[in-house]
Amino acid sequence: MSEQNFDEQTRLGSIISGSLTRGVEVKLDASISVEDMAVGRYVAIEGERRRFFGMITDVSLEAIDPRAMVTPPDVSDPFIAQVVSGTTIYGKLRVLPMLTIGGDAMSILEGPQPAKTVPTHFSEVKLASQRDVELVFGAEDDKRFYIGTPLDMETKVCLDISEFVTRSNGVFGKSGTGKTFLTRLLLVGMLQKQAAVSLVFDMHSEYGWEGRSEKGYKVKGLKQLFPSKVAVFALDEESSRWRKVSTDFVVKIGYDEIEPEDIDLLQQTLNLTEASTQAVYQLAREFGDRRWLEVVLNLTEDESKQLIPKLNIHDSTYRNLRRGLENLRRFPFLVPHAPDNPVKRILEYLDRGINVILEFGRFDDFAAYILVANLLSRRIYAQYREKAEKAMGGDVAPSHPLVISIEEAHRFLNPELANRTIFGRIAREMRKYNVTLLVIDQRPSGIDDEVMSQLGTKITCLLDDERDIDSVLTGVAGKSELKSVLSKLETKQQALIFGHSVPMPVVIKTREYGSAESYKELGFLEAAELKRKTEKEIEDLWAP
Amino acid sequence: MGTEQRVAEVIEASSAEFVAQCYKLDQAPPLGSLVKTKDELRKIYGVVYNVETHSLEPGRRVVARGEGMETEDEIFRANPQLAKLLCTDFQALVVGHRQGDGLHHYLPPKPASIHSFVYTCQLEEVKAFTQSLDFLGLLVDARLPIPVDEVIAACLRCAGQAYPDSESFLIKAGKEMARLLSSDARRLNSVLKRLR
Ligand SMILES: Nc1ncnc2c1ncn2[C@@H]1O[C@H](COP(=O)(O)OP(=O)(O)OP(=O)(O)O)[C@@H](O)[C@H]1O
Ligand SMILES: [Mg+2]
Repeated sequence: MSEQNFDEQTRLGSIISGSLTRGVEVKLDASISVEDMAVGRYVAIEGERRRFFGMITDVSLEAIDPRAMVTPPDVSDPFIAQVVSGTTIYGKLRVLPMLTIGGDAMSILEGPQPAKTVPTHFSEVKLASQRDVELVFGAEDDKRFYIGTPLDMETKVCLDISEFVTRSNGVFGKSGTGKTFLTRLLLVGMLQKQAAVSLVFDMHSEYGWEGRSEKGYKVKGLKQLFPSKVAVFALDEESSRWRKVSTDFVVKIGYDEIEPEDIDLLQQTLNLTEASTQAVYQLAREFGDRRWLEVVLNLTEDESKQLIPKLNIHDSTYRNLRRGLENLRRFPFLVPHAPDNPVKRILEYLDRGINVILEFGRFDDFAAYILVANLLSRRIYAQYREKAEKAMGGDVAPSHPLVISIEEAHRFLNPELANRTIFGRIAREMRKYNVTLLVIDQRPSGIDDEVMSQLGTKITCLLDDERDIDSVLTGVAGKSELKSVLSKLETKQQALIFGHSVPMPVVIKTREYGSAESYKELGFLEAAELKRKTEKEIEDLWAP
Repeated sequence: MGTEQRVAEVIEASSAEFVAQCYKLDQAPPLGSLVKTKDELRKIYGVVYNVETHSLEPGRRVVARGEGMETEDEIFRANPQLAKLLCTDFQALVVGHRQGDGLHHYLPPKPASIHSFVYTCQLEEVKAFTQSLDFLGLLVDARLPIPVDEVIAACLRCAGQAYPDSESFLIKAGKEMARLLSSDARRLNSVLKRLR
């Protein structure tokens, strides 16, 4: 039985048993080789009254009479091999029914509904057709963004971006599986469908101007593709210059902007003790919220000696704190007084519907990332909140929804910090104030459970750590079945999407990003083309 | 077995089988082949499962006569009475019947009539009868004085000749056997090996 080309009419087999919670079992027809099946694939089941859609979650080998396998048939004889396949021995699929579509006009209008029962015995099972997939996920339109294709199919799986941005979402997967590439696509989707404006804390400087693929070639960042819709903010001016990034704004943060809460979050990264973190609040009371850091960093040895007894703290506590804070000096973007206000600038761009990507350049360590992302987000969030409250009063128009993307999310959202960072708060509040998160992480088990449960849509590439898989799938129907699907994803460019903005879980091959063709499909015009287009428009203007 | 030929006459009949005597000595239809009897109401189909040639008179044994002769034919030329004293019978297992337009793969309400003529079946008819393989169930469960799996295999090989693509017919039939013998791998293997 050679590899087959399946079309949508290919019958795979029929239902022989099962349940709604565990999924149904499909006996494969003899003509279908188990080797051509794959977990994660979609199938359609013709029930008596309705059509079911489901996903293959397991493939197994069965024998009618297991005792007979003690003296296996002589399958070296091709005739005997053909006879026994599908009869004495057969392949079996486990399929999780997820959606149904009724046959009558009413149910066709209502569209696919969650499956509440299973198809009857011996219902025919086929591969899902292109039309089925389109029916379930909708065609590309002004809300839906093409994110990838189902396994072994050409059809587009589309994500309803306007639904997507109404909740916080997560992109997961172990290192090198395609999180960054996927996130780029999601950012493009949000930008194109104008569903939200993005603020990206771009730790490794790969979203704004230019990224790299593992194979070594460069891939365009968002700014190159959509120059008028994206602003690149730089934390590391020098690195931006070397990389020839066209930067819109250089971020400098004044010491006077750093509040005790910011240091609180850095406790681990700066190696601070609990006591010295507490001492920060004392220092702030002593010297004022805006001045304390500058003052402390400039204290002489003598001044320190006088201060310690006054604050009633331990000498070692003070030393530990001082050492930790000295670390901040190595960041050139921290200055005693900032010449401009980055929060205000970011907000200006966001208000105009322009996406802001803050590149960290060489400061891609956690101290800088946690400090800056938190500090800026807290203030931006406060502004959104104020505006949302005013909007509720009817004074101003509500602001455009904002999605804040953070990488290495477990650093902010672990159980210890989730209650204290602004990000934990945004995740829990849903979109009360028009702000949601896109968290990107390779260690989802490190993220607080409550935060994970608040994520609307999860897109996960391959994970192989049991705890990570568990944490991503917590609370999902058909968890154990999806688990086997998730752990069998390809190591790259495949993802399982489930949750709020998709009608049923789906495994996709992520849309290609990085080829000239892919840029074009995303709407990018080469410079020459852009020029031609503008000239043509001008010409048209003058045409008689 | 290509064309329909009248070859024998029923001399013993029961619901599940019949015995027919051939008109010509040694000219029985092959083991496993499909034969039929007809009357006004129905045709009854049988599968030949045993062929015997013996003396017509129960008490008289056949003796060897060819010692001084060149060929076997000479024996008959020299003893013309022999052809009258010997006969060839065959036994057939009833596997189905046709009544009006309906073809049924189960036993008819009445056995074949005594003295009804027995015909071989044309390829077309074999093909029509073997469209459904339900009759294999009757064969599998039959208790015969000779190894039944030999008969089944012979029957399927014969039927295969009615199909231009005999290979796929045999695979289909093999699969039916696999279902019927699902709990007896040894028996299945032996039938399958005999299908080639
Ligand atoms: N959609 C895609 N189009 C083209 N190539 C892709 C795609 N997704 C993944 N790849 C390939 O997989 C490689 C790894 O992807 P990516 O850099 O996004 O992984 P990651 O999960 O972000 O890894 P890390 O955890 O190390 O940041 C890319 O360099 C690229 O070669
Ligand atoms: Mg990455």
